[in-house]
Amino acid sequence: MTSATASSERSVRSLRTVDAIALTILGALVLASTVVPWLSHQDPLGIGDVLRLRLLPPATTDVNGNFHLLGTDRFGRDLFVRMMLAGRVSLAVGVAGSLLASGVGTMVGALAAWVGGAVDAVSMAIADALLALPRLVLLLVCAALWRPGLSTVVIVLVATGWMGVARLVRAEVLGVRSRPYVDAATALGASSGRVLWRHALPNAIGPAIVATTLGVGNAILLESGLSFLGIGIQPPRPSWGNMIAGGRDLIVAAPWVAIAPGFALVATVLACTLLGDTLRDRLAGETAATLRERV
Amino acid sequence: MLRRLAGALFLLWLVLTITFALIRLAPGDAATFLVPPSATAADAARLRADLGLDRSIAVQYARWAVALLHGDLGESFALHQPVARALADALPVSLGLGAASLALTFLVGVPIGLWQAVRRGKWIDYTLTMATTLVYAAPSFWLALALVAVFTYGAAAWGLPPALRLPAFAMRSPGGELHGAAAVADVIRHAILPVSILAGVGAAGIARYARSSIADVLSSDFVRTAWAKGTSPAGVYFRHVLATVAPALIVLFALSLPGLVAGSIFVEAVFAWPGMGRLMVNAIVARDYPVVMGAATIYAALVLLANLAGDLALPLVDPRRRT
Repeated sequence: MTSATASSERSVRSLRTVDAIALTILGALVLASTVVPWLSHQDPLGIGDVLRLRLLPPATTDVNGNFHLLGTDRFGRDLFVRMMLAGRVSLAVGVAGSLLASGVGTMVGALAAWVGGAVDAVSMAIADALLALPRLVLLLVCAALWRPGLSTVVIVLVATGWMGVARLVRAEVLGVRSRPYVDAATALGASSGRVLWRHALPNAIGPAIVATTLGVGNAILLESGLSFLGIGIQPPRPSWGNMIAGGRDLIVAAPWVAIAPGFALVATVLACTLLGDTLRDRLAGETAATLRERV
Repeated sequence: MLRRLAGALFLLWLVLTITFALIRLAPGDAATFLVPPSATAADAARLRADLGLDRSIAVQYARWAVALLHGDLGESFALHQPVARALADALPVSLGLGAASLALTFLVGVPIGLWQAVRRGKWIDYTLTMATTLVYAAPSFWLALALVAVFTYGAAAWGLPPALRLPAFAMRSPGGELHGAAAVADVIRHAILPVSILAGVGAAGIARYARSSIADVLSSDFVRTAWAKGTSPAGVYFRHVLATVAPALIVLFALSLPGLVAGSIFVEAVFAWPGMGRLMVNAIVARDYPVVMGAATIYAALVLLANLAGDLALPLVDPRRRT
């Protein structure tokens, strides 16, 4: 018994270490991607003396006396500065894509559960249909139809990401709807919309928050995938995905060009996944169980 | 059962209609891509008329639906061959890749999860958790490039034995026509890297799930009773523990298909395998609507079929689901 308690305490403590590491990684990335391109006097987009600057290995100083922490790419641009600039794009797209998708999903799910009837039937049929297609396939179809770019990627992430949250929120709101405090609020004369917004939703939003956190990492992965395939963020604007694509045929001559942005990507997604896992585990037992199957 | 099937068919129809609507909503149609820059407006108009793109959306939809019911997926704009043919060429490649990966995913993932759950809290558990979480978080195209760097270029540069120098491009060796066993061996050699990527990423996800669900079962009363009765470890783990988590794993088997599809799209892109993923990506870039629609149809049908199969298989392993 004592050993079991000790091991569970240890796992709780190690969980916190893991979260601290995850938060540190994310914090460092956000800080660096904000500050580095701004402080650096090297232009991450401009192309200068290509012949003398291109494909310098990591930790070298070039002929102009500039130090390149991660080396340079095929056009002689500093990889570290580019990677941090790409971090802005990838992080912003991930957070915006996941937040907006969850927002839309919450609205659809809450309305479907609250109004019921045809609204419920139609919106959930559409959600099920979209869930039946692998998200990447849907994403590819949408992304290729409009002009590729930053806003297209975010819109497409939202269009293909709201269904899971909608289903979660709908189930939660349906469960909350028959609670006494909802009846009490209605009996006190609150309007239907107010009861939903102030009483039902706050009690039904937990799973959606977890799904959003886990969704950030997923959105960043999908964005990088689209950019890798050439239908996401377009060069010269860097994103981790198109930087990896740019280093693809250099994998022999200059492996760091493709490998470095991948590490940033993995670290970010890992941190988001770990934080999402923790949030999920902290939620009450039964919701955690359904979430584990759903998210 | 019939209701399930009808529901699945209705969903399939809905998916296809939504895809159709999305494609027609987008600015720019196939004709803008197909006509040469030197063509006049009249040429473009004639091409549109030939392709039926000048009719109203309702007419296009009706034509497409009737043809689909006849099993006709239309003619590819860019490949100049029937869509069904292009799909028939590509589908076996992806199915083979997917089936091999899916089998390996479970053969590797479940034992890892079981091992971790049994050794829970030990260093091996931490190490494996770290490894699986890392692989799970890494994009498959990046892992693919890393493997290519090591096993294709690295193996040659560092003088690894020829058996470890794996091909990183296409499905067969170029040039020499191989027959019989040699041809099969050649395809298998080409498949090692793509399949390991897909199976590795999949197995990491399965192991993460299997670890937590098996750990829950291991601490339950009936497992303690089994130990107390003197059941052998194999008896406990197979008859009691794995039998309990099997239904969940079967559901997971069906649910892991979309992830596999996504992974195979990237893997086919990196390794230049002529499968569904590459066909679809090329078709999207060329605005080849009929091929995009056809590929989406196949993907949706595959996912719905897998869900249906999962539902059907559940009662076989879970006596509580038998009615």
